[in-house]
Amino acid sequence: MSDIAVQVENLGKKYRIPHQGKRGEATLREVLAQTAGSLFRGRRSGRDRVEEFWALRDVTLDVRRGDVVGIIGRNGAGKSTLLKLLSRITEPTAGAIVVAGRIASLLEVGTGFHNELTGRENIFLNGAILGMHRAEIRRKFDDIVEFSGVEQFLDTPVKYYSSGMYMRLAFSIAAHLEPDILVVDEVLAVGDAEFQKKCLGKMREVAEQSGRTVIFVSHNMQAVKSLCNYAAHLASGRLVSYGPTSEIVRGYLAAGSSNTGRWENERPGDDERSEVQLLSMEVSDAHGSVGVYPSSSELTISMTFRLREPMAGFCLGFDLVTADGTTVLRSYQTDQAEDAWPRQAKGVQQWSCRIPAGLLCGGEYFVSPRISIHNVRWLIVLEAVLQFEVILDHGVSPFWNSLSGKSRPGVVAPILEWTSDAVGMSAFDDSDLSRAQYSNVDAGHTK
Amino acid sequence: MPTAEITEASLPTTLPVVRIVPSRGWLKLDLASLWKHRELLYFLIWREIKVRYKQTALGAAWALLQPLLTMLIFTLFFGRLAKMPSDGVPYSIFAFTGLVPWTFFANAMSLSSNSLVNSSNLITKVYFPRLSIPIASALSGLLDLVIAFSFVIVMMLYYRMSFTWKCAFIPLFVLLAAATALGVGFWLSALNVKYRDVRHTVPFLVQFWMFATPIVYPTSLLHEPWRTIYGLNPMVGVVEGFRWSLLGSSARPGPMLAVSCASALFLLVSGAYYFRRVERGFADLI
Repeated sequence: MSDIAVQVENLGKKYRIPHQGKRGEATLREVLAQTAGSLFRGRRSGRDRVEEFWALRDVTLDVRRGDVVGIIGRNGAGKSTLLKLLSRITEPTAGAIVVAGRIASLLEVGTGFHNELTGRENIFLNGAILGMHRAEIRRKFDDIVEFSGVEQFLDTPVKYYSSGMYMRLAFSIAAHLEPDILVVDEVLAVGDAEFQKKCLGKMREVAEQSGRTVIFVSHNMQAVKSLCNYAAHLASGRLVSYGPTSEIVRGYLAAGSSNTGRWENERPGDDERSEVQLLSMEVSDAHGSVGVYPSSSELTISMTFRLREPMAGFCLGFDLVTADGTTVLRSYQTDQAEDAWPRQAKGVQQWSCRIPAGLLCGGEYFVSPRISIHNVRWLIVLEAVLQFEVILDHGVSPFWNSLSGKSRPGVVAPILEWTSDAVGMSAFDDSDLSRAQYSNVDAGHTK
Repeated sequence: MPTAEITEASLPTTLPVVRIVPSRGWLKLDLASLWKHRELLYFLIWREIKVRYKQTALGAAWALLQPLLTMLIFTLFFGRLAKMPSDGVPYSIFAFTGLVPWTFFANAMSLSSNSLVNSSNLITKVYFPRLSIPIASALSGLLDLVIAFSFVIVMMLYYRMSFTWKCAFIPLFVLLAAATALGVGFWLSALNVKYRDVRHTVPFLVQFWMFATPIVYPTSLLHEPWRTIYGLNPMVGVVEGFRWSLLGSSARPGPMLAVSCASALFLLVSGAYYFRRVERGFADLI
């Protein structure tokens, strides 16, 4: 049917990883020496072992025109490989992709920017690299400059820009691409919170208003849920499921998370010298329940990790996420006042935190660890390692639940305090009331 | 399960359809794709030139100083002291007319050999015909060539030499030099991606090649048939051609030039095909 924008059929990508002294790079000298050696010895001598590794295997899906598809999966699932194949940066080993329409890829912000060139020059250069024609760039030039907000510095070399200006300019150019199909990697992972919000807003605009087909890779379940109507879950190079977003996100979070209350990291980090290794996480309450907890219990989330050395700016914590990917809260040890922060020790240690009783609403929750250096970089970001269910039972009122369900709307269910401030209409006289009405009009509430 | 396949017939006619499939063996050069991305090529060349001129303190003057200073050294040591013959014209202009196209070629070779590796950020993030990169590196030197050439004219005026109809052939010799530069650039840049030590052999290659080209000495030192065989080095044809059209000093290049042209064409075409064949692995190796 002609409404398919991208058709992927049995797509596969195999990488060959040579196991030599130096990984990947061969030198002419080595090749010549090997060939000479094998000539003398009369057979293939010391043939290096070559490991074959399928980054993607048998992936088949159809993306309809106008769909916004999120590609989700854990690290190493093959998401970036799929993007690279769609962007024609690398070639498939098997299968095929058929693309109908002009495709543009945004795998990085500011590709090709050169520090010595001015903002104006970089707009043209980057635009051309992304696939815009010169006439197109000229036509959109003013819009690009306005969106980025660097008009004042347009003719200074980009090396003098702050990182924020750089990002805004780079993103602004990319945001004005008008392809039929847009392929986006997690460019939103860079930049500060405000910039991320702006990017998300623009992406939403692109997706909703223009009816463009978008394929979007992200770890951010919130973004995926809010932007995408379809999602594809990849794991170990294979397509696990493809369908409407909420279903797929639910399946993704549930797969690979432990619901026994304890999760052990099978791959804490290959490098012994890495700065931090997350070893395990546990969730528990005072009553020893497993997997299902009453909301009237205080929950303890503990994280066991190994620290090579104490680090400045070290933030350790997690995101608490609902079954369909909404983040309920993010908590770090550094949220407290500084003198209450737990001390970092060298080696293995365990920190824990308590989620107050009477906070969570009923439903399924996931815990996603987050470890970073504050405002510098992420150290460990994993999705949904622990899974548990909360039964809503901390109500003290006969009206706590409705007849229709065991739970309430909302992701949190704190019992807030209600008081009465004023009693009786005599607290207002008529003139006060009419004044109140008029002030509403001024504020533009009517009409 | 895939639904009906996308075929050209089922689409609104304005949409282009691209099939991304594994390729095998020798690929077509796909010049159509290069043409479609010609604006990008223009910007890549423009970027090289702009950056080069912004970065050096001397800017455009360097384009002239490189061959000029070399010419002065050569004139002193080869012309005066070693008393090298120069086909009846002053040694300085003899050397300079050789150095101008040579500098273009040598720079093109050095720049293009490392061009792919240097552009790894582009290659791993954006799609465009990869041939554009060594082409941009090699051709960015043409502006320098034009600047240096203007000084050739100055020298010719100084030595009161006349401009004949033969000067009309200069663009052809420049084309020959460009074709050679491109061919060599394709080979070196593609090889360098897989074998990173190729880059280190380039300075040696440039040196060796320079002495294999009649810059310092005239081809009249050679007798036939060696003179014709010598034409296998395409730069021989370029330098002799320059000298013939500007100075009228050497005999008509004739068969030697024909050999040079064939050699350059071979380098160009073989380089392009080799490049295309190994291109599919670039993003994975860089």
